[in-house]
Amino acid sequence: MKLLTLIPPAAAMLLAPLLFGVINRTKAWLAGRQGRPLLQSYFDLWKLLHKGAVYSATTSWIFRAAPMTALAALLTASLLMPFGHVAAPLEFPADFLLFIGLLGLARFATVLAALDTGSSFEGMGASREVFFSALAEPVLLLALATLVRQAQAGGPGSLAAVFQRLTTRVHWLHDGPILALVVSALLVVLLAENARVPVDDPQTHLELTMIHEVMVLDHSGPDLAFIVYGTALKLWLLAALVVGMVLPPVRAIWLNMLLATVGMGVTAVAVGVVESVMARLRLALVPQLLVGAGALAAAAFLLGLA
Amino acid sequence: MTLLLAALALLLGGGIIVLATSRPHRDWSWLAAGVVVVAAIVGGIPAVQVLAGGTVSTLHWPWAVPFGQFALGLDPLSAWFLLPTLLLSALAAIYGAGYGKSGAEPRSLGPVWFFYCLLVLSMVLVVLARNAILFLFAWELMAVASYFLVTVEHERPEVRQAGWIYLAATQVGTAFLLALFLLLARQTGSMDFTVWAARGIPAGGWAAVLFVLAAIGLGTKAGFMPLHGWLPEAHPAAPSHVSALMSGVMIKTGIYGFLRVLTFLRTPPLWWGWTFIGIGMTSGVLGVLWALAQHDLKRLLAYHSIENIGIIALGMGVGMIGWSTGSAPLMVLGFGGALLHVLNHSLFKGLLFLAAGAVLQQTGEHDLDRLGGLLRRMPWTGTAFLIGAAAICGLPPLNGFISEFLIFLGALRGVALAPGAVAVSLLAVVAGLGLIGGLAVACFTKAFGVVFLGTPRSESARTAAEVGPAMIGPMLILAAACILVGLLAPLAVATLPRVLTNLTGLPTAAIHGGLAGAVGPLLAVVTASVVLLVILGLLMLWRRRLLSRQVVATGTTWGCGYAQPTPRMQYTASSFAQPLLSWTSAVLGGRRQLTAPNGYFPAAASLHTQTPDPLHPDLYRPALDRIGAGLARQRWLQPAAVQLCILYIALALLALLIWKFG
Repeated sequence: MKLLTLIPPAAAMLLAPLLFGVINRTKAWLAGRQGRPLLQSYFDLWKLLHKGAVYSATTSWIFRAAPMTALAALLTASLLMPFGHVAAPLEFPADFLLFIGLLGLARFATVLAALDTGSSFEGMGASREVFFSALAEPVLLLALATLVRQAQAGGPGSLAAVFQRLTTRVHWLHDGPILALVVSALLVVLLAENARVPVDDPQTHLELTMIHEVMVLDHSGPDLAFIVYGTALKLWLLAALVVGMVLPPVRAIWLNMLLATVGMGVTAVAVGVVESVMARLRLALVPQLLVGAGALAAAAFLLGLA
Repeated sequence: MTLLLAALALLLGGGIIVLATSRPHRDWSWLAAGVVVVAAIVGGIPAVQVLAGGTVSTLHWPWAVPFGQFALGLDPLSAWFLLPTLLLSALAAIYGAGYGKSGAEPRSLGPVWFFYCLLVLSMVLVVLARNAILFLFAWELMAVASYFLVTVEHERPEVRQAGWIYLAATQVGTAFLLALFLLLARQTGSMDFTVWAARGIPAGGWAAVLFVLAAIGLGTKAGFMPLHGWLPEAHPAAPSHVSALMSGVMIKTGIYGFLRVLTFLRTPPLWWGWTFIGIGMTSGVLGVLWALAQHDLKRLLAYHSIENIGIIALGMGVGMIGWSTGSAPLMVLGFGGALLHVLNHSLFKGLLFLAAGAVLQQTGEHDLDRLGGLLRRMPWTGTAFLIGAAAICGLPPLNGFISEFLIFLGALRGVALAPGAVAVSLLAVVAGLGLIGGLAVACFTKAFGVVFLGTPRSESARTAAEVGPAMIGPMLILAAACILVGLLAPLAVATLPRVLTNLTGLPTAAIHGGLAGAVGPLLAVVTASVVLLVILGLLMLWRRRLLSRQVVATGTTWGCGYAQPTPRMQYTASSFAQPLLSWTSAVLGGRRQLTAPNGYFPAAASLHTQTPDPLHPDLYRPALDRIGAGLARQRWLQPAAVQLCILYIALALLALLIWKFG
């Protein structure tokens, strides 16, 4: 294992909460407000880590173990995602399958913790979470399978290999539409999986927020810190997926890193803009959005065959 | 082979002794369970030897049945199916002995154990048989033994109904199987499996007919949709340890039979693979959707068996496509994944049924919406169920992920390299497996969450207690096996090449070449799993340190300020599944009766939902009724008097004698 491969997980772990800051600043700027400090998420995490915790008498050990399990799964997932054309420490053919599996494990734990509280509000969020992610998972797989086919790496390559070949070998004029379709499908998955507008509204804990924040309503203290940090990591990792397949590599590593970081920033700004210019969709429309994204990815695959 | 015969003799002898000596007040359960365990150990030794590279053993005894021969053989393919059969039989027997009586009626357990031994014996015979007549004999013995086990609680009408449906379905399957074997015998002039495998049926017209017959005949036992109708009826009706055995291993004999037939049929055309992908997608996706719609825990698990058979069919489809396109890696990964999933499914589904049985014993409740909070009352059962649930969802680091990973790898390889139509069909496999996995998470978070988490929804759930060690032990062993197969994935895969050589006839080098593409990734997956566990441990320590300096308080669940939540305010299984079910209602159908709350002070309101399976055996009812009406007209042939029956028999014998010696 090369020392260099430690850069992607380190970047993810250190910079992930910053994305929230960028999104918030974007929204504030578009609304004409000043907004909270860029580093506010770090302060929040620090504060939460040093607080006590309140547990509902209903809950069992599942409720206490779930935030740790979810965070452990996401931290492990961060060892799989390349960044700035530097391979991740764990790189192997079809590594994205494990990546998706780990996201699934994190979700499994979070949903069970929500059901452990015995609250109908949290059950509601859990129910929606499993519904939408069951639809988002095939979309993610369709998009990645299309990328694997386009990369022509002689089989199911690793994420790093797929990114490398995509960004260097692909003829942009010819393959541009395919990549554009895949990117849009992946962006929908990014918004859905991270419970952002138009799928979910991360603003408050209550009525507006129908999925993710509802599920974690009863967590407090370090547990909540783990969950918030995990959410940030998940956003970072999925954004890194989109950025990785679009940004072409340059010679110098530091320049690659800089470009990728800027790319992440741009993605966060885009999420903020989406959040500012549109409202949350009615819940009944979310499945249609996801199926539509799946259709885009499948269309991209068929285009690539021709 | 001697050891296997000893195991068979033990099962038969033990069964008969328990049957002969049983009295209602005397309990020979432990004796019977002991016999099954010893037989499993004795029979397991040769199976392990063959898988580890020992010689393939065969046995030929003359048999008085025409065309029949008592021919047994233990090759790696048989051994691969034999091992989980024996393991689960032994564990389920221990559990069954601990479970004791089920149902309200006082009854002697002698017959139950007799048929249990007979079921195990027949499953062993099915995978060992090397003669078509012997295979059919064992196959029917399996059907009859399991029929009597399904109908143990025969005083309940729905159990009798389930038994009849099961018996009818399995007989229809056997009819197709009979036609298949007769055709094969006509083509080759023998009833011997070894001859069939050596001669082989060339691709073309007959092979297609044989393929369809095998897919229907064996698919009925395996539970391919739309032939699955008996499964969700029979599994909940049977005692739980029998359900575990039937769902965990008995339905896999259908898969085994099909793989065995494939060795006779040689290179399959492309459409066979596509057919299997179609079967796999339908069974997988619809199986899990109907599972999600169920209110009965055991019925939910039964539908999940259909889903997992679908995953196995997807793997076989990938393998067959690899076979017909001449791609060894596709073949190896597809069939390898399917075989590994057979093993994995027997582990986690056996575990889940045993845990469901424990819940049923302690609460007496079938309805999910009357359970809840059982994790605190039954910690071991709950934890075991959790591990099984995570495994069946295909989540790392457990075993379900590994077998699905192999199928994914095969399909993705095809997606990356294969030409047009083949690539699209394999893309469907990739997306389908993803969808099935996502829906399985929805289904098992519902099942575990509603049964084991939250607060009890009924008095019986509130007073439940943990089951005894004889029932916990088998569950924990299976749970440990789920974890071990996940963490030792490269080792599990290393046992596959001999089975695959046996199945596909590929040279060893090609098989190792195909698997080589999976060994590296699997090692990395295991590394990641270990890293995951280490990180989890570190987080635990850190959290404990953080909280040790702070106040940790207990309160009520946040209810927007309401401080007196009751169990009835919890989210229920029905409401959890509702969004998904109403979205897919175009496919699933489903009935709802709503009495909406009315007025300013609504008094009574109710909502009943039901999602009946449109492919329920009732689907075939019109056709069956017509056949029945047609046959009724010939009823005058069938005399009511016994004397006339005997006359018929005598006449038939006479005619046969004249034909033979005349």
